[in-house]
Amino acid sequence: MQHLTEIRIAGFGGQGVILSAIVIGKAGCIFEGGYSTMTQSFGPEARGGACSAQVILSDQPVLYPYVTRPDILVVMSQEAYTIFAPQVRENGILVIEQDLVRVDKLPAGVRVYSCPATRLAEDLGKKMVLNIVMVGFFGAVSGVLKPDSLRDAVAASVPEAYRDLNRKAFDKGYEYGIKTLNGEIPAEEPQIEVAALET
Amino acid sequence: MHADPAGVLTGSHFLDGDHACCEGALAAGARFSSGYPITPSTEVVERFASRVPTVGGTFIQMEDELAASITLQGAVWGGAKAFTVTSGPGFSLMMEHIGLAIMTETPCVFVDVQRGGPSTGLPTLPAQGDMMQVRWGSHGDYEIIALCPNSPQECFDLTVTAFNYSEQYRVPVFVMMDEVVGHMTEKVVIPPAEQIEVTPRRYTTIPPGEFLAFEPKDDLVPDMPRTGEGYNVHVTGLTHDNRGYPDMTPAQQDKLVKRLCNKIRQNVDKITLYEADQIEGADVAVVSYGITSRVAQRAIDLARDKGIKVGKFRLITAWPFPEKQIAEIAAKVKAFVVPELNLGQMVREVERAAAGKAVVRHVPHAGGSVHKPEDILQAIMEVAR
Repeated sequence: MQHLTEIRIAGFGGQGVILSAIVIGKAGCIFEGGYSTMTQSFGPEARGGACSAQVILSDQPVLYPYVTRPDILVVMSQEAYTIFAPQVRENGILVIEQDLVRVDKLPAGVRVYSCPATRLAEDLGKKMVLNIVMVGFFGAVSGVLKPDSLRDAVAASVPEAYRDLNRKAFDKGYEYGIKTLNGEIPAEEPQIEVAALET
Repeated sequence: MHADPAGVLTGSHFLDGDHACCEGALAAGARFSSGYPITPSTEVVERFASRVPTVGGTFIQMEDELAASITLQGAVWGGAKAFTVTSGPGFSLMMEHIGLAIMTETPCVFVDVQRGGPSTGLPTLPAQGDMMQVRWGSHGDYEIIALCPNSPQECFDLTVTAFNYSEQYRVPVFVMMDEVVGHMTEKVVIPPAEQIEVTPRRYTTIPPGEFLAFEPKDDLVPDMPRTGEGYNVHVTGLTHDNRGYPDMTPAQQDKLVKRLCNKIRQNVDKITLYEADQIEGADVAVVSYGITSRVAQRAIDLARDKGIKVGKFRLITAWPFPEKQIAEIAAKVKAFVVPELNLGQMVREVERAAAGKAVVRHVPHAGGSVHKPEDILQAIMEVAR
């Protein structure tokens, strides 16, 4: 684990943003023996509003609990992208749900990785596991945590009845990430109009 | 004695501070809570309500905070270890019954997950604005104990300590969390039950008929009767004699209220908990508590990088205030820097204890977020000149 990695995950309420952050944080401190601190933005809105969680991974105890300049930003809504993309650290990583986010200008040197997590989740029969698909994809393209740590953290964070489904979701996202790194994903994936999704 | 294994969730967990606090209460032996859940403390009793049936105990959701804060005291006199949790608006409503717990020497724990105030203020955002309220919010003269965790791990550890202190000194003990500590999630290690020290209730061995319910022992704390074993006791908020019967004379008032204060004051050294680092040789000492202590640590590290000699003093017990330690540091350093998420509360205690021997520089913040480490660093640099 690197000295300090700041991660922000953001999207709509109900997409499983908080659970993704719990999985990543748990992988860091329970399954890899490092330190992690997870905080989340609490607002009066419960579903459908903007939702954001922050995870700090470190090999030393985390002091300041908030992310200021994320090394890695994972976004699952255009609104979250608009708010948080300008904060990504130079040479950082941006991970997007490609059907929900359209990328325009970015800080210098930011690497962008896109994953059709919602569609991959739908292939598994449950759209609700898109967050875990994103965690798998994040794990592959960022390389900040061992895939086994993340996979164990997924299993430890979901109800027993949904463990297999979530493991599959993780693997699907992870494999898609590896294929992306290997250049096996066609560059021209169709993008859904953002305006249509936001209604 | 050791904790009852039934309530101890031994292992490494990824928990937020609220949930860790609940596990601390269960490990300490709490088997009753009456609550009127309020953000950002709700998760404590939400978890307790779900966990306690598996352990053998009761959670009651009450009609308001007045009911919550008095019902738990009934449970205590009935033999349970009990607590409630709240935040600013509810804490204000509990003040009257906190006074009753002090007067009747009812061992119990109140958890206040602080949010921005006054009034309903900032329900979901942090502050440290109840630090004087916890000390002085109920009327009359008294002493209480208040603990300030700065991580989910400490939310567990210090909730156990809070129960232990409450049983030892028969006083309400307060766990003064803040929204950030309550809602941040980190690794929490819960040890095996046999490694968790739990202070049992001080039950009398004197038989009914001979027992005086409020006769103090050598440490100024009376033992308690076992309910249902023939002890007839009178428990009142009125000034009372050693039998528990009202005795509203200046002489008894003097005797009782002084004892209620002195049982804490004469044990300050046993109660006080703090963390001190690199105070020797320091020009500046940063005094902080709760989440602010972690932000302050970053500022301290930045200042040390600049060659400034900075020491750290973290209040773990805010009350009783560690005035002896602060007075000693005041004689050694040029200045104190005191950041807190309020516009000036514990800083007054630092000023009082420093007694003019060192400059005291407050770094205020009205709440809603935490300080920027740079603001604390700036204050350190200014007083170090």
